Amino acid sequence: MTWIWSNLDLIWDRTLDHVLVSVPPIILSFLIAVPLGWVAHRFRLGRGLVLTSVGLLYAVPSLPLFVVLPFIVGTSGRSPLNLIIALTLYGVALMVRVVADGLASVDRDVRQSATAVGFSEGTQFWRVELPLAGPVLLAGLRVVAVSTVSLTTVGAVIGAQSLGSLFTDGFQRGIQAEIIAGIVATVTLALLFDGALVLLGRLLMPWTRATQATGRATRTAVEATA
Amino acid sequence: MTFFIEAMAWLVDPANYVGPNAIGVRVLEHLGFTLLTLFFASVVAVPIGFLIGHTGRGRGLAVGSSGALRAIPTLGLLTLVALSVGIGLTAPYVALTVLAIPPILAGAYTGFEAIDRKTIDAARAVGMSEGQIVRKVELPLGLPLLIGGLRSATLQIVATATLAAYVADFGLGRYLFAGLKTRDYAEMLGGSIVVILLALALEGIFTVLQKLVVPRGVAAGRPTDIRVGSPRPAR
Repeated sequence: MTWIWSNLDLIWDRTLDHVLVSVPPIILSFLIAVPLGWVAHRFRLGRGLVLTSVGLLYAVPSLPLFVVLPFIVGTSGRSPLNLIIALTLYGVALMVRVVADGLASVDRDVRQSATAVGFSEGTQFWRVELPLAGPVLLAGLRVVAVSTVSLTTVGAVIGAQSLGSLFTDGFQRGIQAEIIAGIVATVTLALLFDGALVLLGRLLMPWTRATQATGRATRTAVEATA
Repeated sequence: MTFFIEAMAWLVDPANYVGPNAIGVRVLEHLGFTLLTLFFASVVAVPIGFLIGHTGRGRGLAVGSSGALRAIPTLGLLTLVALSVGIGLTAPYVALTVLAIPPILAGAYTGFEAIDRKTIDAARAVGMSEGQIVRKVELPLGLPLLIGGLRSATLQIVATATLAAYVADFGLGRYLFAGLKTRDYAEMLGGSIVVILLALALEGIFTVLQKLVVPRGVAAGRPTDIRVGSPRPAR
């Protein structure tokens, strides 16, 4: 415990590093996954192609990717940018499937009604399909957020600073309190992000509160495969 | 690009195929560790998952604990256990078994849950005992999703077993950490490529396996992807 009180500054700094690295991938992966998921949903050929490639991408282990990526994009292994790119790739790999499935879950009758009242394909996507797929997207994004926060720590072993640095440092110096502090801080951060996304979902999709049961069901389904 | 050529040279260098640090030895270590961890985790997760799936009780608890476990950083768990039990393979086994339990558990109970209730009622109506229902109806029908859970667990273990080299002289992660320390980029990159290939190979095997275990009568109509909560319109 004494270690924690005398090192609050350090924990705070690493937390800031962590937030800086883990927030951009969560946002970026969502922005990138929506059009890709739409392609996978809309075109039969695109579906196989996009879903297979994101499936393979998701299978790539994180640490080797952190190591290989700098040689491909020319970033430094220690730079936060390297981690941000790698984590974005994972987020995209997870989200594209979710977006495709979410869009597919929109009732066919609803879609046809929208066409019948004269929505163009673009309007239909923004005003009908995307909002109705919202709860599924939110469930997926929550999984992305939590796993991104957790994965960010792995970067510490190749020298990228985050809360994971508390693990490597604590291990090397034999300070148990440091590792525990790191775990608690990481889990807390993950829960905070998760809570923030839930709140955001309530603000953007006020209608989902009435149908919370289905929301929970979709969330479980997403979690089961993630 | 030169780094990749050097990594390729490292990969085909005969010197890297002899002795205790040979690539073949490391791959087998990695694979053996993965399978054993998968076994440990399955022993815990599959019976509990079946119980939850069959009775429908304790589901909230399982979902909640899966979510919480996902948030726990593996590296933290690994270093914490390693610090208390010492350097060696015990810590990775403990940490990765804990990590592999949630996806297997989820695969086991969602597999049972995805079964049409009418099918189970019908089985009960023709006089099957609860044990028979589990063995002859729920198990075969839920198998594809269970394999799906094992698949994501395997992927996670293979990936994270690389990290295990941080606390033990073991597996393919050794090349990464050794290369990192000595700035031998060819070794680091070559080792990473081997891990990635291994993960992709296992992913391929599971994809085939998942298709094979779908009972013949079911293969025709039912979506094998559990994320399809509502039936997908035929396209």
